[in-house]
Amino acid sequence: MQDIDTDRIIPARYLTVTDRTGLAEGLFADWRLDEQGHQRADFPLNQDDARGAQVLVAGENFGCGSSREHAPWALVDNGFRAVISTSIADIFRANALKNGLLAIDVPPESLQELLDSGFGTVTIDLAERRVDLPGGTSVTFEIDPFARDCLLEGIDEFGFLRSHEDAIAAFERRLGSLT
Amino acid sequence: MPSTLYDKLWDAHLVRPETIDTPGVLYIDLHLIHEVTSPQAFDRLRSEGLPVRRPDLTVATMDHSTPTRRDAGGNYLYVTDQARTQVEYLVNNCAEYQIRLYELGAPEQGIVHVIGPELGLTQPGMTIVCGDSHTSTHGAFGALAFGIGTSQVAHVLATQCLLQRKSKTMRVLVEGNLQAGVTAKDLVLALIGQIGVGGATGHVIEYAGGAVRALSMEGRMTVCNMSIEAGGRAGLIAADETTFEYLSGRPHASSDGELDAAIERWREFHSDAGAPFDREVTMSAAEIEPMVTYGTNPGMSIPLRGVVPSPDGDPAVERALSYMGLEPGTPLIDHPIDVVFVGSCTNSRISDLRSAADILRSRRVADGVRMVVVPGSAAVKRQAESEGLDRVFREAGAEWRDSGCSMCIAMNGDALEAGQYCVSTSNRNFEGRQGRGGRTFLASPLTAAASAVAGSVADPRELLG
Repeated sequence: MQDIDTDRIIPARYLTVTDRTGLAEGLFADWRLDEQGHQRADFPLNQDDARGAQVLVAGENFGCGSSREHAPWALVDNGFRAVISTSIADIFRANALKNGLLAIDVPPESLQELLDSGFGTVTIDLAERRVDLPGGTSVTFEIDPFARDCLLEGIDEFGFLRSHEDAIAAFERRLGSLT
Repeated sequence: MPSTLYDKLWDAHLVRPETIDTPGVLYIDLHLIHEVTSPQAFDRLRSEGLPVRRPDLTVATMDHSTPTRRDAGGNYLYVTDQARTQVEYLVNNCAEYQIRLYELGAPEQGIVHVIGPELGLTQPGMTIVCGDSHTSTHGAFGALAFGIGTSQVAHVLATQCLLQRKSKTMRVLVEGNLQAGVTAKDLVLALIGQIGVGGATGHVIEYAGGAVRALSMEGRMTVCNMSIEAGGRAGLIAADETTFEYLSGRPHASSDGELDAAIERWREFHSDAGAPFDREVTMSAAEIEPMVTYGTNPGMSIPLRGVVPSPDGDPAVERALSYMGLEPGTPLIDHPIDVVFVGSCTNSRISDLRSAADILRSRRVADGVRMVVVPGSAAVKRQAESEGLDRVFREAGAEWRDSGCSMCIAMNGDALEAGQYCVSTSNRNFEGRQGRGGRTFLASPLTAAASAVAGSVADPRELLG
């Protein structure tokens, strides 16, 4: 399914929290559960095989729409560590990577192979930028080098940004001198 | 080498350029805040003992979870305790960190992307961010404006900067004139229909051409607002006389003596002739029809007088038609509706309300239709009331509310019931967006008002003089 938007990933009624409470239950809430709150039998994440899943495979433009970071939070709180698509929406990708949720784009053929293979196991080598598919082949993926380095080395982007204090102060002095 | 507007905005705000291994550090001139995406960001600052670096460049309002009506005692009734708590959290955070906050009841309060421009906070040449994807709205002023996540809200609060990589660019050139009854909303819906909801992913969109120049600032804001619905990183329209005229006299846009100097600086915020773009899209304004969405994303749209398309094996369209209860090959004109919503950061400004009022004057909302009109800000509400628009809406049988995001995102109790059809001037028709099971037809204020009168999806051109 393509164009899965962040409203579908986490409906707005879950966003009135001041922390991360309740987000795990909110993941795909209106898709996973029917109006009576029972699990929909045909929804992939409700299948027994999906228990413990760590990698979500989704169609093009995953995570489009609202900038809510609650969307990757809900995925992470459900144990997901990576999302694989052909094209992940910009804001969602940035949010995901900041939360240790890998956002990986692969070519359409590779995505189709993953979708066709159903529930299975993949190996993701972040250092090598490689996904080993269930059928035995591998595919290289693009990822922002900085995001990759931060994830591999456990560096927080916030810390990196804050290390630029001198440059920021110098920029502000220049701004002040222009007016 | 001629530069695009995006190049100029980018270069002017680079604290540190990007490298292969590291993103650039971009300085932010204006940080807008609201209650939904800020709580965890302030907590992050607090847990690390950090102050807000530039409270003077930070402005907060409350809009998403806030009620749009008061009880008999004049009290705002929050839909849940959690919603009220979230708003109180913002009040406390702004007090602690000395951030200017426009609370419910304040004369400046409103939807964040409505109040920024109307207060003159949004100006050409700025970088503007907010934890909200419709921040792209402010690009209408020749500012680089985009949505960010809550983690990035913390980054900006602490450093007034963001880590960013430069995007690609797309120019959308629209020449000619829009027909009567065709609006900025129809223009942007037509664009998204043409390039798709992922069509501009990775790109900043610049809108250009005579038809764009001819739009009012409010029309330009509508177009830039929905840039995110095409996946665009931001939307941009170069600053020109229309922009300067809009900004003259606004509270924060330079006092009189400095306005001329400011305007001379603002004139540079346009793309140079011949500047290259990574992608070009052209549209002919005269060919654009009033649009309406049939499906569950803003790209699933047709001209008002068109028919619902066939899925042709596309599971997303199949699912959308099933959710919306629509059959391929059927027209949307005359489809019965239950609710009409005029509001949202896309279309809730004074010109949008005037358009809707033009249709409703001396007419009635059809029996069985609930129409809710939510002005974009307290200032828009006051302006509308001074023009008697509130009387037009009430006499026609519509509800006239206080400002807020309201039924666009249905976080405050203003919501559709399952199965209800709503013609809405908002920006998203995702499943459940306006209420679980709610079915949204996105359209312009003219189309929304005409549909309210007809009790079904209707073409406003039949009612206009």
